[in-house]
Amino acid sequence: MMRRVLVFLAVAGLAWALLPLALGAGVPEAPGALATAYLTDAPEDFGAANVVTAIVVSYRGFDTLGEVAVLFAATAGVGALLTRKRLGLGDAEPEAKPAATEILVTATGLLTGLLVMFGVYIFLHGHLTPGGGFQGGVVIATALLLGLLARPESKLSHGILAAVESLSGAAYVGMGLLGAFLAWGFLDPRALPLGRIGSLVSAGSIPVIYSLIGLKVGAELSGILDALKGDRE
Amino acid sequence: MSILEFVSRINPVAASGAVLVLVGVWGVLARPNLFKIAIATSVMETGVNLVILSTGYIRGRTAPILDSAVAGTATDAAGAAARMTDPVPQALVLTAIVIGLAVTALQLSYAVRLRAAGGGSSIESYGDEKW
Amino acid sequence: MLVDAAILVSGIVMLAAGIGAVLARSLLVSIILSGGVSLVASLVFLLMGAPDVAMTEAAIGSGLTTVVYLYALARARQPDEEDADPLGDSVKGGRR
Repeated sequence: MMRRVLVFLAVAGLAWALLPLALGAGVPEAPGALATAYLTDAPEDFGAANVVTAIVVSYRGFDTLGEVAVLFAATAGVGALLTRKRLGLGDAEPEAKPAATEILVTATGLLTGLLVMFGVYIFLHGHLTPGGGFQGGVVIATALLLGLLARPESKLSHGILAAVESLSGAAYVGMGLLGAFLAWGFLDPRALPLGRIGSLVSAGSIPVIYSLIGLKVGAELSGILDALKGDRE
Repeated sequence: MSILEFVSRINPVAASGAVLVLVGVWGVLARPNLFKIAIATSVMETGVNLVILSTGYIRGRTAPILDSAVAGTATDAAGAAARMTDPVPQALVLTAIVIGLAVTALQLSYAVRLRAAGGGSSIESYGDEKW
Repeated sequence: MLVDAAILVSGIVMLAAGIGAVLARSLLVSIILSGGVSLVASLVFLLMGAPDVAMTEAAIGSGLTTVVYLYALARARQPDEEDADPLGDSVKGGRR
């Protein structure tokens, strides 16, 4: 009984703090000064058509580096917690999994190539259209998941995933340092030539960085799925 | 302040996000099942993302992406910027969504590990684990 | 005005799905409803003019999170009923 009262008080207190802000804040009329500066400067300075990508990769690039680090820590944690030994599966034979239905197998055969190509398209064009590294990485992880579902006996190669993840992470920091040496600061995309706005090869090192992020996120999410499936040694 | 003024000042995104946060917090506090706590945390995180993004919601404007119509004409930069929503909260929420997935995966792997070690699936049964 | 009305309607749907996800007895129903909350949230993001965020929320929130939950439920051998607590009372301290 006491517990219910405390829970009710906690939720009521949070509501009292949150609802006036939500109901009375109103809708802003125009973006603030910083946002307007980003909107007008990003296409000229960096040649990126997608301003959100320019902010995520270069203006607030350090936050993205931190986020990639957090995702790496979570993946490492999941992989360390869910090894076969710790799950109690040990040396036991992996239990016989039922074979996938024919619809799933056929559809996967048709879709996996398209999904991987779609994911690569999304993160290559991150500076031109909505999208970018995280979305493309998730689509690639989904393609690998579909392959795992259609062939339950297969395992993802842990070595290749680890190699892709660590190499792209190191290359991401390497591109940032390239910006520090060749341009005006860490993760400055002007280290590579800017090109013409709207074309694929433009916006300096933004597409390169976002592609590396996409590969890293895709490898990490596939690693999480692999660990949860119970196949991680 | 009249009712109509009050209704027109409500930010619909912030209102639905705030109520989702309250629903999620209640779920985390009131339900003992470990997996239900993880689901409620996920609902709460969606609400928080909605509340953050609501500060950048400007009526009548479109996505902050320069399409090919204005590509190459840098003189129209200020005019194009006047038709775009605020891009900074979008960048923040992008980060927050991915980190939400990482936190959920970690929560669930803790729950799986506790179950594999022989524990129950209700948080009540871990009463003697307090410091 | 039309966009505001659409956002409000989506908000009500999201709320119903969120309350259903927290209150449902069956864990499978909760998982599907939480995926539904993410899906409607990505629609709201799109209506607000944030296509990047909408793509990310749709892919991660209603795609990968649902799959991760289902794998975790299967791996933990958790029965679908929320209140069923296998081994709970007999191993550790029991209910307080």
